[in-house]
Amino acid sequence: MNVIVCVKQIPDPATPGALDPGTNTLKREGKLILDESDSYGVEMALQLVDAAGGGEVSLVSMAPNGEVSGMRTALAMGATKGVLISDPALQGSDALTTAKVLAAAITRIGGADLIIAATESSDGYTGTVPEQIAELLGLPSVTFAKRVTVVGSSLQVDRQTESGYDEVTSPLPALISVTAGVVEPRYPSFKGIMAAKSKPIDTVTAADLGVDPVGWAGAGQTIVNVGQAEARAAGEIIEDDGEGFAKIVAFLENLKVI
Amino acid sequence: MTNVWVFAQESDGAPTSATLELLTKARLLGTVTAFVGGDASAIAGALGEYGATKVYATGDLGGKLPGVAVSAAMKAVIDGGDSPDLIVFPQSYEGRDVVSRLSVKLDRTVLTNNVDVEVNGTTVTVTTPIFGGNVLVTTSFSGAAPYLALFRPKSFVAEPSGGGAPAVVAAPVPELGSTGAAAVTAVHTEETTGPKLDEATIVVSGGRGLGDAEKYTMIEQLAKLLKGAPGASRAIVDAGWVPYSYQVGQTGKVVKPGVYIACGISGATQHMVGMKGSKTIIAINKDKEAPIFGIADLGIVGDVHKVLPKLIEALQARG
Repeated sequence: MNVIVCVKQIPDPATPGALDPGTNTLKREGKLILDESDSYGVEMALQLVDAAGGGEVSLVSMAPNGEVSGMRTALAMGATKGVLISDPALQGSDALTTAKVLAAAITRIGGADLIIAATESSDGYTGTVPEQIAELLGLPSVTFAKRVTVVGSSLQVDRQTESGYDEVTSPLPALISVTAGVVEPRYPSFKGIMAAKSKPIDTVTAADLGVDPVGWAGAGQTIVNVGQAEARAAGEIIEDDGEGFAKIVAFLENLKVI
Repeated sequence: MTNVWVFAQESDGAPTSATLELLTKARLLGTVTAFVGGDASAIAGALGEYGATKVYATGDLGGKLPGVAVSAAMKAVIDGGDSPDLIVFPQSYEGRDVVSRLSVKLDRTVLTNNVDVEVNGTTVTVTTPIFGGNVLVTTSFSGAAPYLALFRPKSFVAEPSGGGAPAVVAAPVPELGSTGAAAVTAVHTEETTGPKLDEATIVVSGGRGLGDAEKYTMIEQLAKLLKGAPGASRAIVDAGWVPYSYQVGQTGKVVKPGVYIACGISGATQHMVGMKGSKTIIAINKDKEAPIFGIADLGIVGDVHKVLPKLIEALQARG
């Protein structure tokens, strides 16, 4: 069984995000890391390939400046190879263009039995790309998967819903988006990290994939303003001296909720 | 006159609150058509009361997932000549799936996570909070309509218009082929007691700071004493301490209660966007640098394991 995982390389979420004042896009300079949300998909893919008794896990990623640090993490976990789409022309691309680029990269690899993505990225959280890729590739899809098994050529998924979960079946090939917590991602071993350094990453441009227009030209949107939201008035912050609970009781009394 | 479609969703025989909010907003923008993925007979009247003058309904989806089926039905109506200027969707699982599929079918961009929309002539502009809601970005659609946008729950206040029963028009799902092959075989609903998380006037949420899963009972106890609903940060939902339906935040429920009590929650962006609209916020956290204190009306820098038992005891003593 062959699985392709869409992975995003993002700025470290521990550092505050910022917009490029010239373009009003998220700054994505310097070292990027594997979006934690995608580590679940990589792990899921590795487990499914293991369970199937053969096959490989490939990665597709779109990032500026030829950045591969995040992809190397996924390769160190056990993925076999990757396609990176890195192209200055892609700056300003909207989610639909991103989906077109990733779908074309998936096709370049030759497709797979299963495509996996996270439900949304941790930096842009648009949350539409997985389902857009499925539509572009003409595949059935199950989003918000919280449990996934493959029996023969059939996919069985517990799909999270607003009120519980649905059991969903789908033939393969298919696409799923997985929630965090679907599996516990492994830590790359030292051996894995060393091996990842020599695993192949095929770097291509949007033109190589035949996707046009991209970037600002392809985006169906124009940012017209960026402003500060109304800030909440500063509250009262106190250190608990053992009587902190009484402050809360008094506060609730004052609000007349008790 | 702007022609606006609202993707209308049903829950327990009534339109969801997010649907009613969008209908209310949409009727300020133009004429409103509701698009229902399923049978509309139970909710058509209510959709009319909130401003829909026409309802498209696909009829029962027969276990098909809405993403593929409803987007195909929408595309068929648009190809048939009724093309809207703007289609608005609740930021829900189904809303996301349908709009994503439709965006490819129509080759149009989608703007997600919005909290406001404005129509000026033919220009449609939406507002999106980023960085945990500290920064607001306004974006205009370019290119040709229909424009596609998703809105977070509770972005608008639902108010009935007193409108009458709308005309219900069948919008059948066309043949989907292999793309529509995924099917729901069983539905599981998690039992909940007490007020619903997104409707409760008081919400008490717990996070990683609770230390372990058993300590979550303190959150449930406190919520019950205050006649509120218990909630959770994504961290403890991912860790499997509580079901997903408890999650407050970007990928969970958006809540705007009168009082929100955050216990052992540091205030990640993902959490803050789901509760920042609460009228008053109380936070208890060990780390005085935690971002949650930046938006708290009352912040107690302390150990939840010490503060919560005393708080629960004090409230119990009041009876």
